[in-house]
Amino acid sequence: MESRRNPRAVVDPKVRQVGFFTSSQPDSTHQPDPIASESHPVASSISPSGNSLSPVMIPPPRHNSSDTFPLRAAAAAASAVSPSSFSYSTRRDFPDGSMTASPGRVSRASFSKPSSSLPGVGMDSMAAAKSSSVPASGLTTVSVVNMPPGLSEKESDQKKNSKPLKEKTTKAERRALQEAQRAAKAAAKAEGGKAPLVSSGSVASTNVKAAKPAKPSSQKNDVAVAAPGPSEKKGGQTEKDRKKDAPHPRMQYDDESRVVKAKRRAVVKQTEAKNRVELFRHLPQYEHGTQLPDLETKFFQLDPMHPAVYKVGLQYLSGDISGGNARCIAMLQAFQEVVKDYSTPSEKTLNRDMTAKISSYVSFLIECRPLSVSMGNAIRFVKNRIAKLPITLSESEAKAALQSDIERFINEKIIMADTVIVKHAVTKIRDGDVLLTYGSPTAVEMVLLHAHELKKKFRVLVVDSRPKLEGQLLLRRLIKRGINCTYTHINAVSYIMHEVTKVFLGASSVLSNGTVYSRVGTACVAMVASAFRVPVLVCCEAYKFHERVQLDSICSNELGDPNAISKVHGREDINYLDGLTNNANLQFLNLMYDATPSDYISMIITDYGMVPPTSVPVIVREYQKEHSLV
Amino acid sequence: NYKRYLYQRVFLERLSYWAFVSAAQTLRPIKPPASHYLVFLFNSVSLSPEYSLSTSSPHRSPPSHSHRKMPDVQSMVLEFVNKLRKRKIEGSQATARCTVELLRSVISHHRVPHANQASALIDAVKAVGAQLVAANPVELAVGNVVRRVLHIIREEDLSLATAAVAGLDLLDASDDDEDVNGKGIGYPGMSAAVVAAAARSTLRPPSLQTLLEGTPESATVPYTSSSGADSESKTADKSSITRKLKHDVIEGVNQLIHEIAGCHEQIAEQAVEHIHQNEVILTLGSSRTVLEFLCAAKEKKRSFRVFVAEGAPRYQGHLLAKELVARGLQTTVITDSAVFAMISRVNMVIIGAHAVMANGGVIGPVGVNMAALAAKKHAVPFVVLAGSHKLCPLYPHNPEVLLNELRSPSELLDFGEFSDCLDFGTGSGSPLLQVVNPTFDYVPPSLVSLFITDTGGHNPSYMYRLIADYYSADDLVM
Repeated sequence: MESRRNPRAVVDPKVRQVGFFTSSQPDSTHQPDPIASESHPVASSISPSGNSLSPVMIPPPRHNSSDTFPLRAAAAAASAVSPSSFSYSTRRDFPDGSMTASPGRVSRASFSKPSSSLPGVGMDSMAAAKSSSVPASGLTTVSVVNMPPGLSEKESDQKKNSKPLKEKTTKAERRALQEAQRAAKAAAKAEGGKAPLVSSGSVASTNVKAAKPAKPSSQKNDVAVAAPGPSEKKGGQTEKDRKKDAPHPRMQYDDESRVVKAKRRAVVKQTEAKNRVELFRHLPQYEHGTQLPDLETKFFQLDPMHPAVYKVGLQYLSGDISGGNARCIAMLQAFQEVVKDYSTPSEKTLNRDMTAKISSYVSFLIECRPLSVSMGNAIRFVKNRIAKLPITLSESEAKAALQSDIERFINEKIIMADTVIVKHAVTKIRDGDVLLTYGSPTAVEMVLLHAHELKKKFRVLVVDSRPKLEGQLLLRRLIKRGINCTYTHINAVSYIMHEVTKVFLGASSVLSNGTVYSRVGTACVAMVASAFRVPVLVCCEAYKFHERVQLDSICSNELGDPNAISKVHGREDINYLDGLTNNANLQFLNLMYDATPSDYISMIITDYGMVPPTSVPVIVREYQKEHSLV
Repeated sequence: NYKRYLYQRVFLERLSYWAFVSAAQTLRPIKPPASHYLVFLFNSVSLSPEYSLSTSSPHRSPPSHSHRKMPDVQSMVLEFVNKLRKRKIEGSQATARCTVELLRSVISHHRVPHANQASALIDAVKAVGAQLVAANPVELAVGNVVRRVLHIIREEDLSLATAAVAGLDLLDASDDDEDVNGKGIGYPGMSAAVVAAAARSTLRPPSLQTLLEGTPESATVPYTSSSGADSESKTADKSSITRKLKHDVIEGVNQLIHEIAGCHEQIAEQAVEHIHQNEVILTLGSSRTVLEFLCAAKEKKRSFRVFVAEGAPRYQGHLLAKELVARGLQTTVITDSAVFAMISRVNMVIIGAHAVMANGGVIGPVGVNMAALAAKKHAVPFVVLAGSHKLCPLYPHNPEVLLNELRSPSELLDFGEFSDCLDFGTGSGSPLLQVVNPTFDYVPPSLVSLFITDTGGHNPSYMYRLIADYYSADDLVM
């Protein structure tokens, strides 16, 4: 807030400076170095609460760059007063140096070559604008000689201080005056600078050094390079990282140039389905089953691809492995193989080379089937681990460390997490319950089996839907264990919802707005359940949480095989659409996922405990903190 | 009725489980015929309780006239009852048309006595109607049509009566002029008054007062009795009236047939008022009304896109999609599970009802309630198309269960695949696996935005009144 007020203070100097001038005088009297305090009047005028201390420490600005500094110094001073505003001010600084990547670099530019006229293009223009319109620049430079000259430059000449400059000065005159003042100030600085570190004679180096002592006080922004202040560094880093860390925009398949580019790189030559649903142009849709034999023959030719990864990719493609956990574990195990067989090529470092390798494998897997969020998170983990491998480790040590890391991820984040979820969820099952589940969620299945082992008496309604009919597999497994089951299809869900006491659902991912991204149909079931006032419990491991947000099921989704819809498996009598698959008027839409709004969900059961959907962002944050993924 | 529905439901459920188990166990080796056999088994056995009920119903019907019926009518009725019972007739429109045609032949073959012809006709129609309704209680169109026919009989009778009042008044005047035997003064005057009262009571819209005040039975009876006791000169008149009543009723029934046959066009005519350019419409199940409605809009050069939910396990959506594509509409088939995902991009949900209840609730193909809830959530208009023969004058109680029907589990599960899971259930009594496969879904009136019938668009809250126009109050309970 203070930082926001800064520009106004600068733009409208008359009132402020008058007020300041009087108030700053007593300040300077009891401060050891009046010069310094006067050198940054703006800061003190802006944040009166902090003006007694912070301005004192602010070193005098240097030559040209000083033009811009009142502003930044003020911001910094303000931030020193109220730490909460610190990030704010840095953020505000950021656009100032729009050409540069981070505040840290901005300051480096301004300090490393103080003699050069201007630190950066962006600053240059800004500084020019400032100095031309605003007397604030004069203000700062005046410090040695006197304060008022700066003020007097424009209209408040006839203030209390008697100054030679009474009449309006021309621009040139003002410039000359400024130069003189600056020189004088620099000299004063050099000789009697309050900073003990100042030792060098040259003006330029003086300025650089002068920054150092100032750093701890308040001028964090400007100081980073001279001695990387921890707090500043961190602030800059998080800012930068946050930018980088925000989920990348996904590949949009209606973006032709990118699709062409991606195709060129692709190993899997998928043929695009011709007859597509207009609404889903941005998602890839391929002719299914066409490229599998082709890829299988490539198995022995494909050099750069590790066979384990290749195998997993083909399994994704053919649908042999499905389900978030299964896919993720398969991928991680393949990566373990990769790590085991890895040897660093000469002239390359393990960290970089392996990251590149993993990236290429991942893009192959994406070609086979779009990544699930769980896989994305796991890949992020692996890459992070690789990047953080200490350089000092030998190759074998590094490989062992990586393998154990991956192993640990599988065990902790997936297997252990599931057992914790089961432990939590079982407490919600009581005797006499009628539980409804949809599809074939592994976590829910474990919950049900465990509850059955605990001799709880309950009945399970398995709701299923075309075309995958995964529920039948779950049904079979549950019945084998002797659990009383009722099977129905999703259309009948309102018919059976009367008798249901709880709904247990699985999730492919939980997004940070509480949306549950899951097998298509989950949203229908959750909606009907909430319409019938039946609690909906979602079981999901925390590693599947993601900071992405999503409001509908259209923007990001996955398209399955459209032919699976036209053909009804096991029902030869349903053949109405047999000859029509190539009709331009007829499309088949086989959505794989949908997004359940958080208001249908009563509770999300994770390995961190049972939380309402509103707490998802907390878990996302904690998870990332824990794994230092940020 | 309630008890019977309940019984039926319980029985069907039991039976489906039992049938499932038994079929799975007994027919395991021969897989392909298993499902066929089971469907047959299911249909024939499950309906046996009603069979016994409905075979007894002819005895309940007034025996005085039944023996006079032509034998072919009786056999027609039985044949139709059988068809209904075996669910050979699908769709409420087809059922309604068959029913009304059958009733027409019943009426035309029915020999009307001189006295009480209206009530005799009503009795005859009621007797047949009871049989038909019992044969398929969830096909509400049958009951609706029977009630409609009864209503037609009552109305024709009434209009004849009012015409007779006018005639009698004329006759009265002439009597006064010519005849002086003084006999005519009392009688015709009295009968005219009675007829007028009857006319008044029947013409009034059905309200609580009319229901409590007088029964139309009492209105017709005095009239006929008085006319029966009338003078010789009027008997010729009477017989012509009798013939006229039957003729008029058949005329009315013909009109009803025409109306039922033409309800699609009537509804489709309104399509352009509701469908605009570039609209995205979601529909569900296979309804001829919806098909005609969409095609009518298409013929008027509106271009729009239709999402069709496939409607597992009957896949009626595939059928509808095929028809739509044949007529050149942009059609996308989606799975039922994707209804919620897609509804946010849909402008309107249009479905054809199986029946519309008096409270404005809708019975439709299974899955409709889910679509209605999703539409409500996304504020998408939920439009129900219903011909007038689908308007049922009854208020539903627990319609999800009582007005539902469970179909064969073979549509959901392959017995061959699941036979090994079902091995336990033999001794313990209750099998572990149960399969629920309902046919219908109930949508409460709060989820319906609009009804489009052949008389125009209506709010769900207005349906009771619309329905009251078609039926007379005393036929509600048959």
